[in-house]
Amino acid sequence: MAYTTSPAAHDTHDHHDHKPTGIKRWLFATNHKDIGTMYLVFACIMFFGGGIMALVIRLELFQPGLQFVDPGFYNSMTTMHALLMIFGAVMPAWTGFANWMVPMQVGAPDMALPRLNNLSFWILPFAFTLLLLTLFVPGGAPAGGWTLYPPLSLQAGDSFPLTIFAIHLMGASSILGAINVIVTIMNMRAPGVGLLNMPLFCWTWLITAYLLIAVMPVLAGAVTMLLTDHFFGTSFFSAAGGGDPVMFQHIFWFFGHPEVYILILPAFGIVSEIIPTFSRKPLFGYESMVYATASIAFLSFIVWAHHMFTVGMPLAGQLFFMLSTMLIAIPTGVKVFNWCATMWKGSISFETPMLFALSFLFLFTLGGFSGLMLAIVPADFQYHDTYFVVAHFHYVLVPGAIFAIMAGVYYWIPKWTGRMYDERLGKWHFWLSTIGVNVLFFPQHFLGLAGMPRRIPDYSTQFTDWNMVSSVGAFMFGFSQLLFVYVIVKCVTSGEKAAERPWGKAAHGLEWELPTPAPYHSWETPPSLQVITRGAEHSGTFGHS
Amino acid sequence: MPFSIGVLHKMSNSFRSKLAGLAAMALGVSAPLAHAGWGDLNMTQGVTELSREIYGLHMIIFWWCVAIGVAVFGVMIYSLINFRKSKGAVPDTTMLHSTKAEIIWTVIPVFILVLMAIPATRTLIKIEDTRNTELTIKVTGYQWKWQYEYIDDGYGFGFFSSLDRKSDAARQLQSGIDPASVENYLLDVDKPLVVPENTKVRLLLTAQDVIHAWWVPAFGLKKDAIPGFVNELWFKVEAGKTGTYRGQCVELCGRDHGFMPVVVNVVSKDAFKTWVADQKALAAPPPAENAAPASEPTAPEANAPAQAAAPIAAPVATPVAMARR
Repeated sequence: MAYTTSPAAHDTHDHHDHKPTGIKRWLFATNHKDIGTMYLVFACIMFFGGGIMALVIRLELFQPGLQFVDPGFYNSMTTMHALLMIFGAVMPAWTGFANWMVPMQVGAPDMALPRLNNLSFWILPFAFTLLLLTLFVPGGAPAGGWTLYPPLSLQAGDSFPLTIFAIHLMGASSILGAINVIVTIMNMRAPGVGLLNMPLFCWTWLITAYLLIAVMPVLAGAVTMLLTDHFFGTSFFSAAGGGDPVMFQHIFWFFGHPEVYILILPAFGIVSEIIPTFSRKPLFGYESMVYATASIAFLSFIVWAHHMFTVGMPLAGQLFFMLSTMLIAIPTGVKVFNWCATMWKGSISFETPMLFALSFLFLFTLGGFSGLMLAIVPADFQYHDTYFVVAHFHYVLVPGAIFAIMAGVYYWIPKWTGRMYDERLGKWHFWLSTIGVNVLFFPQHFLGLAGMPRRIPDYSTQFTDWNMVSSVGAFMFGFSQLLFVYVIVKCVTSGEKAAERPWGKAAHGLEWELPTPAPYHSWETPPSLQVITRGAEHSGTFGHS
Repeated sequence: MPFSIGVLHKMSNSFRSKLAGLAAMALGVSAPLAHAGWGDLNMTQGVTELSREIYGLHMIIFWWCVAIGVAVFGVMIYSLINFRKSKGAVPDTTMLHSTKAEIIWTVIPVFILVLMAIPATRTLIKIEDTRNTELTIKVTGYQWKWQYEYIDDGYGFGFFSSLDRKSDAARQLQSGIDPASVENYLLDVDKPLVVPENTKVRLLLTAQDVIHAWWVPAFGLKKDAIPGFVNELWFKVEAGKTGTYRGQCVELCGRDHGFMPVVVNVVSKDAFKTWVADQKALAAPPPAENAAPASEPTAPEANAPAQAAAPIAAPVATPVAMARR
């Protein structure tokens, strides 16, 4: 697949890709695009797996009484849904985007460590095979919640060691992926690409990668302690042996809170690429966006106990974690204001990627509001472990992370494949998803405030109406995603040929300086300074600071 | 796998009426939907000073969020309407950065956060003040029931409190019983906790097996019950607010987590004295009866209201000892 000359790629030799064919191309893949594609396809499969589990949950909750599933199986569904969506769908999707976009955006031919890249992907299918196998072992799949709080998680049957090992593998995969991103960004930038004129997506991923390296070992430690408590007679988390079940929660959330930023920071990056393109205006406050991202990452390490205000902490501890949590609103606010300022006096058009990015902007902000409410400790004593919390984190994760993933796919797929998706169907997908997601999650605020606890398979009859509405929304949202797959398949197989610059001149970033579709080995010769300058205009740092 | 489909026939009348309600809502019919849906949109104000304060805090923050939302979403919507390419808007590509704007939108949120933090801190300090309590009850979470022990001097009795039999029958998988036909479905117990009004009650919370959490929304607070540790929680129901208040376990505790409600009867001080006397009489039965297995805690039938409150040997009997008896 020798690529054709374009004004952007200066000297063109006749390149040969030397890639193996058939299954070997994928098993032994070292190309960042092939591996990125595998990550994204894997994430999509897991998204549907986790989605089916979510629909089992919403089916059972459609009306009071137990109609379909046993309460134990219901708990397995909530647990597995979370594990699949977090570790199987969102995190691999981000790594997939990093694989595709980071080399293209920093002017590199590939990721820095291609064989490591292969390993970090191929660990995942094994990890999730182990995890999904637990559905068929005696005692059923893990049912103690994805947070794995002991002593409850220790009551699991044969699924227990499988789950722990699967989590270890997922962690190893994430760390390897993160190392690769850091090394690529630090060492593979083309001459002339400074850190402060990389696209914001590279920045958010760089910070995400540091978060991953910092906290995945903490999770590994926590689950290993669970493992030895279960099998080797230690009592880290058992009060009877001198341990402390609350210590697990502290360790877990020391991982868990940075983890939520691991899930959302790359989304900030993607949205920061899309909004300027479709506003036809450079990103406002590029540098403050970078600093805000770094501040959020730093703060994410000192707010963990806001997930566990009800465990009985001393007053000083509660105050500290309340105030530090409230501080996060400031850098997050800076980001939202910068996005608003980017649209201000722009020339806005509403293609599918922009629609998803706008939906992200509105609904993520809404999730941020409920997050601020949850930070207030006395009020949290009412909200904690109710559907209000479920509504909050689904607002930041579904129209937050997931919508940003979809926005990113629509935005870059013409560059990836050289083909255009069907804009009309894309818009249908957008509207069905946005309406569905609000019908699904907005009523859950009401349920939580009215007193419905989370993680229950059956509820008192006063909660019936909003649960029904929510379930209707769930099926609407869930089935709309089949349309997404159809749009993608149609684009890849028979989409119209994309223009050389599908989003016009307003789309900045080195990826748009490559020919369409992007060549197999992205930048075999580093881009010239002139190309870099043109590509980096979006950052507003050239000739400005 | 305990997954079965094919019970659509059981979604009989109540289901159809609910569906009709949904349809009505979808059509924008403003008639009140069913019984509860619209009435329970917000947090309860509750019946204690703390719960009212918490409700007040909740509303303050809510209105702040609404105000910020109106401003931010207002700017966004304004931009989306006025700066559209289709309207011929020309982008101002020189707009890259403004230190003044950055300072303004950093400092204003700081002020708002401080305004939120002050009343929150004040309420939190009040919540943590467990001095001068007048009645102490030890609450122990079990899979899946609660145990209440009145451990102050002069009380010395306790009992288990589990899901009542009607709810328990209706909640079985494909039970064929319409939950709507069960009064207080899933929110009723065989033997509720009884406390006097206008009394500062302190709960000492712990658990026997896994972590549970005790919550009555009307009292404003929830707290985890953790095996091996004792947590404190207090509430004081305002005078004249006697009645039955309901809540649930709110920390995932296994298979039947959804089926261990909390029910508290708040009674007048006089009625409480009478109730305590009754409990003490029940707790001191003839020795022969004491040895009978009637107080075996794991059988729900044994906890029927007629059954005696189990006497406890010492005010702070260990949970293990309680479970064995």
